[in-house]
Amino acid sequence: MKALPALIVLLATALALLLGWAMLDLPPHALRLPGEVAAKIADSGVEHPVTAVLLNFRGYDTLLEVAVLLLALLGVLALAQPHAAPTAAPAHPLLQTLARLLAPLMVLVAGYLLWVGAIAPGGAFQAGAVLGAAGVLLRLAGLLPTWAAPGRLLRGGLALGLLVFVAVALAVLGQGSLLQYPPALAGGLILLIEAGLTLSIGLTLAGLYLAGTEVQQ
Amino acid sequence: MSLALAFDLLLVAALVWSAARALTVTDLFRGVVLFIVFGLLMALAWARLGAPDIALAEAAIGAGLTGALLLDAVGHLRAKQEPKA
Repeated sequence: MKALPALIVLLATALALLLGWAMLDLPPHALRLPGEVAAKIADSGVEHPVTAVLLNFRGYDTLLEVAVLLLALLGVLALAQPHAAPTAAPAHPLLQTLARLLAPLMVLVAGYLLWVGAIAPGGAFQAGAVLGAAGVLLRLAGLLPTWAAPGRLLRGGLALGLLVFVAVALAVLGQGSLLQYPPALAGGLILLIEAGLTLSIGLTLAGLYLAGTEVQQ
Repeated sequence: MSLALAFDLLLVAALVWSAARALTVTDLFRGVVLFIVFGLLMALAWARLGAPDIALAEAAIGAGLTGALLLDAVGHLRAKQEPKA
């Protein structure tokens, strides 16, 4: 059995060398993507190139990402223990006070990140992550119950981002290709999609933590 | 050697060290903490490379939420092991 680890190490080294060689062998700049993006950014509805790529030029990629995120949470919810007691542990009063102070600030930061995504680094995923972190913090402070069985409203919130995204995609399908917005409406549509995404991503990321986590003592 | 270069070299060394330690350390809790440290250093590296979008996502999701999930998982594992011991 000594030969097997040696063989694995040999194969892994060979693969690493192959990957390194492939990286070095790439043509320097086959396609100047930053230039392509900069040339079309006026039609994208936003001014920040990353948001333009994520929500406009490669919108379907983000659409599928959101679907994958929702599927992951569905998996967690399906595996979560239904009997997990939703009793809140009494956290330290200091932690509770801190969480109460920080949570509204984090919601504000999430809103700022969502809005600023059009012109600077930010956007739905970052805003959603901050919202999700606020949920986790409140859970750690014992201020939020676990999700033994998510209600109708919560389920709606989880699916909202994907539903809005798909609805917009269907509405602009007449433009010729998937998620090709009319330039005049692009900014508003992107903000609408991102607002829905922020809420859903925040709930989903918090849900990965909140779903079925029992209270530790 | 300029200050920026010295900082970058220090950052690279810390990245490699924290990654290696996170993978090799035997205590799960320490491994998770090292993983979080690695995530935060990685966010710094992305910021140094001029990619603030990725730095934001890495700090929030890579280090923050994944770290919280992993810590929670370690807590569950300990809670399950303790009654047997």
